[in-house]
Amino acid sequence: MRPFLYQRATDPDMAVQALGAAAAANNPLTQATAQPLAGGTTLIDLMKLDVMRPTAIVDINPLAQGWSAIEPDGENLRLGALAKMSDVAVHDEIQRNYPVIANSLKLAASAQLRNMATLGGNVMQRTRCSYFRDVSYENCNKRNPGSGCAAMDGVNRMHAVLGVSDQCIATYPGDFAQALIALDATVEITGRSGSRSMPFAELHKMPGSSPDIETTLQPGELISAFTVSGRWPRSVYLKARDRQSYEFALSSAAIALDVQDGTIREARVALGGVATVPWRAREAEALLKGQRFDDGLAQRAADAAFADARGRRHNSFKIALGKRVVARALQQAVTMEI
Amino acid sequence: MPDNSSSRPSGFDRRAFMAGAAGSALVPMTARAAAQDPRAPAAQDPSAPVDVTLHVNGKDRRLRIDARTTVLDALREHMGLTGSKKGCDHGQCGACTVLIGDRRVVSCLTLALAAEGQEITTIEGLATDDRLHPMQQAFVDNDAFQCGYCTPGQIMSAIACVKEGHAGSEADIREYMSGNICRCAAYPNIVAAVKQAAPEILKG
Ligand SMILES: Cc1cc2nc3c(=O)[nH]c(=O)nc-3n(C[C@H](O)[C@H](O)[C@H](O)COP(=O)(O)OP(=O)(O)OC[C@H]3O[C@@H](n4cnc5c(N)ncnc54)[C@H](O)[C@@H]3O)c2cc1C
Ligand code: SF4
Ligand code: FES
Ligand code: FES
Repeated sequence: MRPFLYQRATDPDMAVQALGAAAAANNPLTQATAQPLAGGTTLIDLMKLDVMRPTAIVDINPLAQGWSAIEPDGENLRLGALAKMSDVAVHDEIQRNYPVIANSLKLAASAQLRNMATLGGNVMQRTRCSYFRDVSYENCNKRNPGSGCAAMDGVNRMHAVLGVSDQCIATYPGDFAQALIALDATVEITGRSGSRSMPFAELHKMPGSSPDIETTLQPGELISAFTVSGRWPRSVYLKARDRQSYEFALSSAAIALDVQDGTIREARVALGGVATVPWRAREAEALLKGQRFDDGLAQRAADAAFADARGRRHNSFKIALGKRVVARALQQAVTMEI
Repeated sequence: MPDNSSSRPSGFDRRAFMAGAAGSALVPMTARAAAQDPRAPAAQDPSAPVDVTLHVNGKDRRLRIDARTTVLDALREHMGLTGSKKGCDHGQCGACTVLIGDRRVVSCLTLALAAEGQEITTIEGLATDDRLHPMQQAFVDNDAFQCGYCTPGQIMSAIACVKEGHAGSEADIREYMSGNICRCAAYPNIVAAVKQAAPEILKG
């Protein structure tokens, strides 16, 4: 690990100041010389691997008092960016009214990591592409822009089939973000010029021609909270993986439905483990809306979700697997008792 | 970690320490070594050692360490507390699990600096006088290990697992202990140990 200057942020202003001042203006956020430290489960890991090389770390944990509240107010939900994954996962009202959120967190990582990791850090986690994580590979456009992509013709079993470009096929590895994008969440951001908020769906960027730019967040900006409007008791997170526990998704689905008198009034479908960013499957949603549920409909929705998928040598199985995950998750959501 | 030698307080080396001193000798020793360190830390120099006070097993430990030091390395390399093990150093195996406050965390991804002011409990802090902690005893009773490398992490994790209320069934124990990998695959016996100790721990 390279040396860094460690600073503790005593208030949000100080944090964004310290981050903004140290961040070279023309660096993308992923390579900014100053990085916030939350749980550290991505940052410290990648610094040990020499993938991330900040010269300054701003510990934002002292902001937890103001930034870690879990606030369901009956109608809407606000989650502080420094709330721990474990605390949100076991929160009664989250389990009852937002099971897709609770389960996306519960099925992620391990008990120890969930105790450390924060919601803000979670959505900012980096890909687990093994060529990205191992700096002895020269060719990685995300880590080393313009160098090529070792995964393209390498071992790409874990890689994405949706949202890929000819520059990068790395999977967005997180789980929670799918729940957020399915529920049309908003993300609140604090920066040097004050606060702003935007749809969570606008936070992550597909790799396109610049896979090193992963989000629309700027150096010096911090996520302070996420908000969701409405309640989504009929929602599920289904995760298929190589092991029964403690493994990233090969394919996952976040589903939220509003079913009345047997008719689907509103449908939200998001996919994980198969795409370069948290993925909203709007084509599937359009097919479901206004329909009565049956297995055929689930199958058509699943097909629609993967209509644009592009498999490569080792990951084409994700298309068939992903469709089954979507169909099964829809089934679970329709039949769950609320 | 590659940085292990970059900022060692002068003259301090673990082997000499292990051979010559009990854990309690460390505080004055480190402080003295640091005070004599001719390379006095320049302000804003990221390579300069930093002063950190860690609260471990009920005692304050004052250390002068590299800012990059994790809690795991601080325990093992700077305090002589080698019970917590380094399996992967990347948050994947759970061998380094300790409690911070009442929460289990992986100490290999926790910076010592970030843990300042918090109560850290390691495997060395469990037994009282001649009595093992109920979870330690349960691991012995159930033969819940072979090589023992994962065991300190398993035990710390298991105590938290029980206190979190996640040891109600075998399925729960397996799910909530999944962050602790056992290369020897002592899993069935580990589950049995957690089951045995749970009632006693919950009783308090
Ligand atoms: C072994 C292992 C298994 C895992 N398995 C899973 C899994 O199955 N599913 C899953 O979803 N995740 C998994 N993870 C990833 C884990 O969930 C993330 O590492 C974690 O959520 C990151 O949160 P953190 O608070 O530790 O972030 P940090 O490591 O502190 O930060 C991550 C990044 O976000 C930035 N950042 C942190 N907070 C903010 C903020 N408020 N605003 C802006 N930027 C910020 C940091 O600068 C850093 O660049 C796994 C991790 C490990 C090590
Ligand atoms: S898939 Fe993306 S992250 Fe992986 S090697 Fe290619 S460019 Fe790098
Ligand atoms: S050594 Fe910390 S998890 Fe493996
Ligand atoms: S007892 Fe050997 S690794 Fe668990």
